[in-house]
Parts: sequence; C-alpha cells; structure tokens
Amino acid sequence: MLYREAGQYKSSYASDMAVFPLKEDRIGIAVILAIALVAIPFLGSDFFIASVMIPFLVFSLAAIGLNILTGYTGLISLGTAAFMGVGAYSCYKLTTLFPGVNIIVLILVSGLFSAGIGVLFGLPSLRIKGFYLAVATLAAQFFLQWAFVRVPWLFNYNASGAIEVPQRTLFNIPLTGAAATPETRYFVCLGLVVVLTWFASNIVHGKLGRSWMAVRDMDIAAELMGIKLLNAKLAAFAVSSYFCGVAGAMMIFLWYGGGEAADVFSIRLSFNILFMVIIGGLGSLIGSFFGAAFLSILPTALKFGLPALGIPIQGAAAEHVTFMLVGALIITFLIVEPHGLARLWQIGKQKLRTWPFPY
Amino acid sequence: MVQAPDLLVQTVWEGLVSGVLYALIALGFVLIFKASGVFNFAQGIMVVFAALTLVGLYEKGVPAFLAVILTLGVMFALAVTIERVVLRPLVNQPDIILFMATFGITYFLIGFGESLFGGNPKQMIAEQLYLPKGAVDLQILGGLVSLQKIDIAAAVIASLMIAALAVFFQYTRIGRALRAVADSHKAALSVGISLNQIWVIVWFTAGIVALITGIMWGARSDVSFALEIVALKALPVLILGGFTSIPGAIVGGLIIGIGEKLGEFYWGPLIGGGIESWLAYFIALGFLLFRPQGLFGDKIIERI
Repeated sequence: MLYREAGQYKSSYASDMAVFPLKEDRIGIAVILAIALVAIPFLGSDFFIASVMIPFLVFSLAAIGLNILTGYTGLISLGTAAFMGVGAYSCYKLTTLFPGVNIIVLILVSGLFSAGIGVLFGLPSLRIKGFYLAVATLAAQFFLQWAFVRVPWLFNYNASGAIEVPQRTLFNIPLTGAAATPETRYFVCLGLVVVLTWFASNIVHGKLGRSWMAVRDMDIAAELMGIKLLNAKLAAFAVSSYFCGVAGAMMIFLWYGGGEAADVFSIRLSFNILFMVIIGGLGSLIGSFFGAAFLSILPTALKFGLPALGIPIQGAAAEHVTFMLVGALIITFLIVEPHGLARLWQIGKQKLRTWPFPY
Repeated sequence: MVQAPDLLVQTVWEGLVSGVLYALIALGFVLIFKASGVFNFAQGIMVVFAALTLVGLYEKGVPAFLAVILTLGVMFALAVTIERVVLRPLVNQPDIILFMATFGITYFLIGFGESLFGGNPKQMIAEQLYLPKGAVDLQILGGLVSLQKIDIAAAVIASLMIAALAVFFQYTRIGRALRAVADSHKAALSVGISLNQIWVIVWFTAGIVALITGIMWGARSDVSFALEIVALKALPVLILGGFTSIPGAIVGGLIIGIGEKLGEFYWGPLIGGGIESWLAYFIALGFLLFRPQGLFGDKIIERI
C-alpha cells in the first residue's frame, strides 16, 4: 500500500535505468532534502548543527571516497586520513596563494591535489593487492602525516605549526573563520555533499563504476573483457582521493577551523572511516551516509544518552564502551550482514513494497 | 659514518634490538597466517593486552609469577573466544573479510583493556620477573658503546623462543598437525585433524608470543596503547620476510630495525627528522617491486 511499483510504467530506457525508478523513492529523497535544507537549520540548535550535522556531512563525504576505493573497486586502503589531510593542506596553501578566489572553489580544487597524490600511491596497485596494497597506503598515511608536521612550507611557516583558517565571504556572508555561523557552514557543507554525492552516483552507475565493480569481483575476468586494470584502479584512486581531499578541506575549514590539523589526520581517523564503510555497507553510497551517521553519533549518544536513561557513565568509560561496541559491531556485521546497514535499509524497503501481502 | 665507528655500532645495536621486537610481533602474525590464512591485525593489540593484564594483575596483589600464569590463562580464554565467536562463523569467507574482522577484535580489545586496567601507561614489573637492569659499557673501536642489559636479555629470550617454536613445529605431534594445516586445510581435515582445535592452539601460541613481546617491550618503555602504532611496523617486516616464513619474520625484523635506525640517525636530520615513522614502509614498498613474495616467502602469492 505504502510503497509499490504497480502502475508506474516506464516508457523509455532512461527511465528504466533511473537511480530512483519509483515515485515513492523520489518523494522520499525530496523529503529528506527538504528536512536537511529547511528543518534542520531552523529547528536545530547551534550545538546540534556544529557538532552533529557538520561532522556527519564531512564523514559521509570521506566515507563515500573510501567506499569508491574499497567497496566498489575492492582495494583496501588504510590511508584515508592522509588523503584528507592533503586536501586540507592544499586548500590552505591555495587560500594564501589566491586570496581573491572564492573558498568553495578552492575547496573543490584542493581535492584535485589529493587526487594526484592518491594516484601516486595507487601506482603500486597494479602489481600488488590485498595486504600488500595496505602497506602502500600505510606508507602514504605515515609519510604524509609526517610531512604535515615537518614540512614548514605546508603550513606557511606558522609558529604554531597549524593551519590558520582565514575569513572568507560570499555575498558578504562569512563562510569560514571565527565569524561564520554554524548555519552558513552547514549550508556550504550540505551543498558540497549533495552535489558531490550526485556526481559520485553518476560515476558509479556509469561505465567507470561498472569497470570498478568488474575489477572488484574478478580482476582477471575484467581484464579479459577489455577493461584496462591500471586505468580503472588509478581512476578509482583518483576519484576516491578527490572525495577524501574535499572532505578533509571541509573538515578543517568548515568544521574544526584550524587548530590541531596535523593530529586530526591520524591513522585512527583512517580506521574510523573504514569502519563507517564496513558498518554502512561496502559498495553502497547510501551506506556511506548510514555508516557516517552511525559512527559519528554513537559516541555522543553514549555519552549523553546513557545518563539520560539513568545509567551513570563517565566520559572515559563511555569512550571505552564505544570502542568495544564498535569492535563488536564490526564483527557482528561481517558475520550477520556483510552488506551493512545499507542492506538492512534495502530489506526494509522491499518489505514495505509488498506490505501488507508479503507473498 | 666513517668518522665515528662507535656511534655506528651503537646505532646498529639499537636497530638490532628494536628489530628483535618487531620480529617478535611479526612472528605472531606469521603463526596465525600460516595455520589459518588469517591476517591477524590484532596481534599488536594482543601484545598490549597481554602486558596490561600482567601488570594489572600484579597491581591487584597477585604475585608476579602467578600473574604470568594467570595471564597465559587469559590469553588461552581469548584464543578460545576468538575461535568460537569470530573465526568459526566466518569460515570460508574471503581473506579481506577476515582481515577486517581482526580490526573488530582490535577495537574490542582496546576498549576492553582500557576499561579493565585504565588507559594510562604502566610500569612493567621487570624486577619482579628477575629481568636485569642497568647497562654494560663496552670499549669498541675507540669509543664507548652502551648496551642495556634488558636489551641483551630480550635478544636472548627471543632467540630461545624461536628455537622452542622451531622444535615445537618440527618434532611434536601438534606441530606437525599445524604444518599440515598450513599446507592444505582440506587435506588436513581429511586425515582427521580438527581445524577448530588447531586454530585455538595457534591463537594461543600467538598469545604466548604476544605476552613475551609485551614483557620485553614493556620493560624497555612503558606498557601503553601507543604500542598499537608500533605494531603496524610488523606489516613491512612481513613483506620483507614473506608472510609464511618464521625465519623471514626474524630477518625482516632485523633489516627493518637496523635500516630504520641507521636512516633516522644518518639521513633523518637532513630532511627534518622523525623519518622513522615511515621509512620502514618505503623500504617494504621498494622491496615489493623487486621480490613480491619476500625473502623466504612462498612463491605463489596473490598478484596479477
């Protein structure tokens, strides 16, 4: 009753292949966008927007980036945070070199630098894979993290050794810096994430995405079918790093506002994003959002939710419980539902589609 | 390098010692990888967890040697739990899924260990376990070279343990079964070797190795979760030595340890210092291009 395709005829190939073939899906996505665009900024408090919604959007974008590499192409990466860092630092260099250019343009451009570095570290992926590739990405992680601290040119020889986020405006509204309100920063994040997600969706549903999935499922067969493995893998590295780089730039410029930039892009962050991808669902864009939401809200929920339920818990203990819970959840998901939350979402939709007559 | 040969000797010695400890961590990986094909990312955290349990038990008033035995018990319980909860349901899954499952074990153990024993660095109970303290100064090549006694002890104990493992693998019933499983799961099953049992044994062995590594490492610095990052060094060590070779883990460990210390000491200052954090991975990466199976590894590896 709620959700069915009966009566929805498709009269062209394009409408048959649409990402949202059902009217209910299209309405659903419109409602979600309306909530994100109108309800959250006007009803949510500043705290909620600044420390729940913005991190969620940043992590979603990073998770999409990693999902392209790990979920769609099957290449494991432990260096996501480093590629995010490249985005943040190149965005910082760009703002000092081109102070007149709009910050949104610079954030988008800084992803290109990240893509370049990603391709560089992706080069060994033709010869090696699996655990061996993990070493290459770990090399990227530790080398780049070292460079962020030790190469003073990257942070303009600041005495503090950190990125200082300058104030930049659009139509005289401050977007970055101390004067920017959480709402404006949220709108910028939301705009970037929506546009880039649409972009990613088109890529993974197109020729490139199909070649990635072929490489993931069986690389030798993909090669026999005429897919150039090196091109496909390097493209995956480039696109994935681009998304991670933009996420990193957003993280520093629209969320953190400078500060301890070098420490943020640590291997812990890389792992966290990998967990978002695993829990959310490997090889699924919507799963990236679910995973990011789940893992960025879980610590806060435990910290504030459990005391509200009457279970007293200290900050440190909440952190330990988070670690244990995340570990246990990863194992549980791998055993019970390897396709993650995205698959549960799909099952739910399928059930709604046939409700109330399941057979 | 030529002007001060004593400094060179000192640096090589320090590299050798950290190499031994990398080798010990890598050894735990190799044991598990050989017998179950699981790349156990959690080995590093098992080292920390074992050391923390030992120190934590001692702080609760358990005598030192009893604490060692109890810790071994805990590691055995851990091995059984991992086999039951993680490995058995995931049997026949792709390697990469099992690899990710060990991430889950890692995070679980971090949270579990911290909530039981607290996250602060702890002092290893080196004296209570009769580990030597202090340093020996040697007159070598016109300079004083200072060797920490604990490092010498670590090297000796590591050698003894490796010899013991070699004997265990070569001459005991269980060791033969383990080698059989390593060669072929199916063939081993068909001659009546219980895979579940083998997994428990091999994870327990890795737990023992982890405890010894933890004691040695903890005696040099503190017992803390910072070791987690150090454990990641085991990956380049394995690449160098080959994933399935015990001698490979040792030689790889020594090469990485010495190469890293030399690089840091002689070339690090030229480009800002601290290159220890990534040098090992670049050595491994360069090595991969020429000999992907590692020094002693099996020829057939997964590559295109």
